[in-house]
Amino acid sequence: MGKGVMIVAEQQNGEIKKNSYEIASEGKKIADALGVSATLLLIGSEIKDEAQVFFEYGISRVIVADHTELNDYSNEVYASIAEIVVKENGPSHLIVGATAQGKDLAATLAGRFNVGLAQDCTELTVDSGKLIATRPVYAGKAYAVIEFGERYPHIATIRPNTVSVVKVEIPIEGDVEEISYPLNGTNYKTKLKEVIRKGDETVDLTEAEKIVSGGRGVKSTENFKLIEKLAASINASVGASRSAVDAGWRPFEEQVGQTGKVVSPNLYIACGISGAVQHLAGMSTSKTVIAINKDPDAPIFQMADYGVVDDLFEVVPALIEDIEKNK
Amino acid sequence: MKIIVLVKQVPDTASKIEIQKGGQAIIEDEIKWVMNPYDEIAVEEALILKETFGGEVTVISLGPERVKSTISTALAMGADKGVFITGEKIEDLDPVNVARALAQKASAMEYDLIFAGQRGVDEDRGIVGALAAEYLKLPKVSLATKVEISENQETAVIERTAEGRTEIIESSLPLLITTEKGLNEPRYATMRRIMMARKKPIEKIGLEDIGLDESHFKEKSLKIIKLLPPKERAAGIIIEAETPQKKASELGRILRDEAKVI
Repeated sequence: MGKGVMIVAEQQNGEIKKNSYEIASEGKKIADALGVSATLLLIGSEIKDEAQVFFEYGISRVIVADHTELNDYSNEVYASIAEIVVKENGPSHLIVGATAQGKDLAATLAGRFNVGLAQDCTELTVDSGKLIATRPVYAGKAYAVIEFGERYPHIATIRPNTVSVVKVEIPIEGDVEEISYPLNGTNYKTKLKEVIRKGDETVDLTEAEKIVSGGRGVKSTENFKLIEKLAASINASVGASRSAVDAGWRPFEEQVGQTGKVVSPNLYIACGISGAVQHLAGMSTSKTVIAINKDPDAPIFQMADYGVVDDLFEVVPALIEDIEKNK
Repeated sequence: MKIIVLVKQVPDTASKIEIQKGGQAIIEDEIKWVMNPYDEIAVEEALILKETFGGEVTVISLGPERVKSTISTALAMGADKGVFITGEKIEDLDPVNVARALAQKASAMEYDLIFAGQRGVDEDRGIVGALAAEYLKLPKVSLATKVEISENQETAVIERTAEGRTEIIESSLPLLITTEKGLNEPRYATMRRIMMARKKPIEKIGLEDIGLDESHFKEKSLKIIKLLPPKERAAGIIIEAETPQKKASELGRILRDEAKVI
């Protein structure tokens, strides 16, 4: 068994992701419970100064791989760097964000080290010096409490928006360390050729803090403008049910549910969504759930903290007006 | 072009999941078993490439006897051959050894491409594809939403949509690709195809045939301590008011003052 907890943080275009503060806080908590120190790795471009912030979360060592070519995630390149850093430092535990990138990277590392990986955990605890992970299975229709095997490091990815961000009282005094790594493109078989960004840098639904979703009740592509408008008024991302995606009203990457994105925002507003089992499964760890639906018997109301039984085409415009008026 | 597709059988997403007494497994009696939806996309993409380049599509699946029906579905969709890895207590294999078994079998075959669904909608781990790529020393691109193979069949250009953006990645072959929704619309297996598929070969093998033994069952990278039902959500409040407008402003007030989320 190695020692220490290593956190693998993430950035997007040089900005540290919110989820990384969550995993840094959680990683530190686990390190304390195990009686070991926490190290953090951040890979990106022009992130050395930014990475300094992690000392405020009680991280003892902050390591960066900083190069213009590392701005965008590549499984092959990032995994090679992380593998080197893990081998050099020998952590017993790796804590990663359950973002698209984090899950991808963690899976490859699990293969490199032949170890257990608990993906998308909603809770981590330490019991008699052992890490215990709780994670949703069947998209949240059940939860598995699991322990790890004999081989180390044990790897866990943490679902965004499920753990708290906690700074320590006295920040660690330290300097960000830069590491060297092989970076010539010729050794890699995959090459990132282009990144197509949508207008503004949008967050992936899995990491969104607020989501406004529309379903069959929205009735058309055109009507989804209303959902977009409500989302814009509260700075939320747009989601959709499977029926809205299958009808071609919204792109597949907005689908929330067991065969789409599993989301966990602080606020989830479901408009015209009846709440099929597979949809509910995809949003069950959302904190505050609002449902707006004409049908009082819609299953979505059983999941909702607040429900409005009425026509969404009357309620949503009035809600947008109320929000704008009170800004 | 020779293509392998790794396929998993999972409970239909409409299935209700109930936990057995003791909390070690789910109750399987009422479950309808189907091909993992992401694997259907993987099979479809393999078939599309076969239609363009010719060649052969082989599906490999691991699990108990019931898994055979999922292999048959893939054959009915148009795959040429099936490999069925099975044995006693095969469900007890951990993901590391599942991937090892799949990779062991694949390594004894010829292939240009391997497809796998990006995750199984049962355990939601999304790791077997990545592990298999590691064991086969293959480059891997996950969450593919578009796959283009060069005419000389030596390189692939893949689009993946993740983190709210689309990446275009080029890779040499052989390569392992995990498939995401949006890549294609999987075809249905028609009655005629189902009948035709009955003649297609399914090779049934045990773990011992691919160099795995008892020790691989004991060596577990993860152990389930127990399964729990999801926490019940407290009963919600239905906002009552005379008009939709009044309900909306009450909702606005709640979002600001009570839930404090906007």
